Amino acid sequence: MEIKVLFTILISTIFINNYVLAQMLGLCPFLGVSKKLDSALGMGLAVIFVMTLASFITFIVYKYILFPYEITYLRTIVFILVIASLVQLVEMIIEKTSPTLYQALGIFLPLITTNCAVLGVTVLNIDSGFISTEFGLLKSIVQGVGAGIGFTIALLLMAGIRERLETADIPKNLKGLPITFVTAGLLALSFLGFSGMKF
Amino acid sequence: MNYLKEFTKGLWEKNPILVLSLGLCPTLAVTTSVTNALWMCLASTFVLVCSNVLVSIIKKYIPSHIRIPVFITIIASFVTVVELTLKAFQPNVYNSLGIFIPLIVVNCMILGRAEEFASKNNILVSIFDGLGMGIGFGLTLTILAFFRETLGANKLFGLTFIPGMRPVMAMILAPGAFITLGLMLWAMNSFKSRKKKGG
Repeated sequence: MEIKVLFTILISTIFINNYVLAQMLGLCPFLGVSKKLDSALGMGLAVIFVMTLASFITFIVYKYILFPYEITYLRTIVFILVIASLVQLVEMIIEKTSPTLYQALGIFLPLITTNCAVLGVTVLNIDSGFISTEFGLLKSIVQGVGAGIGFTIALLLMAGIRERLETADIPKNLKGLPITFVTAGLLALSFLGFSGMKF
Repeated sequence: MNYLKEFTKGLWEKNPILVLSLGLCPTLAVTTSVTNALWMCLASTFVLVCSNVLVSIIKKYIPSHIRIPVFITIIASFVTVVELTLKAFQPNVYNSLGIFIPLIVVNCMILGRAEEFASKNNILVSIFDGLGMGIGFGLTLTILAFFRETLGANKLFGLTFIPGMRPVMAMILAPGAFITLGLMLWAMNSFKSRKKKGG
């Protein structure tokens, strides 16, 4: 396997198939936590962390438990439970080992359980057929990292724009959520430009 | 009793998408065609009503500090039922909704209703609440899908909408979804504030 394959996966999950702006996953935190730049950064880092770990663990669980015993139909239930317990575990470990990091990420961690981008990336890892290819585990981890970075980029861009929108002169009824959606639409339009990229 | 009220509040006054802004990922992602939107509505309503019923039956036996994992497991089981049923009887729908069927699990609307309503109310009211919320969700989805499908592909249920009109590609892609929903929210806000002024 070449490094090129991994690089392609990374770039395409960050830009071409950006999880938020192209595949429309993880919109609730995208709209909920994009009011301030620093909280957006905190949420983004927490998501990268959990997505990477979740890709790793769910891949192993699928390949060595669900697949050999032919219980793949339990995928959804097992994955969501893995993610929920993983988030809980990460929260406890961070709280004990690094109080500073906990203060920065702590409030975002419980929100991640219901972030559909996390479940999305684990399900997509299986659906893209990494399981039967060489270095499948590495590929799914790279996809997890890429998805997290893509999410963070989208979140940061949105937060930067929204901080400026605060002071802009917008019609009363368009304020708040409606203008946020329209802005997200324009942002998505610009990300559409990446869709022509080929390697 | 107030069954009718519990049913109708989901349609307008507490519409899950337009007012509570819950369940946004499936809303934007599957509304590329009206058919998809209707199937998504059916699937989500089924899961919502079933999970509401089950949660309200066993609400007394769930210890409050582990209630969220319990709710998620209940929801995930019903989602698996939907997933397997669609795969067996409607493979086309299963393929076109793709990843968004397992992602019904993390639709915050369903978890929100379990937490907020079903765990506090009796079975019959919970059924009406689930139906109302599900249909309100579906209606919004259908309206959004109608605009996106007609403008983006010039089609409706697979037939040509207006012969000779050139479709706007962006409407069927991610940007169209964001912008259409933003404009719908704008229209609703304007309608509400006008009504307030008049009454």
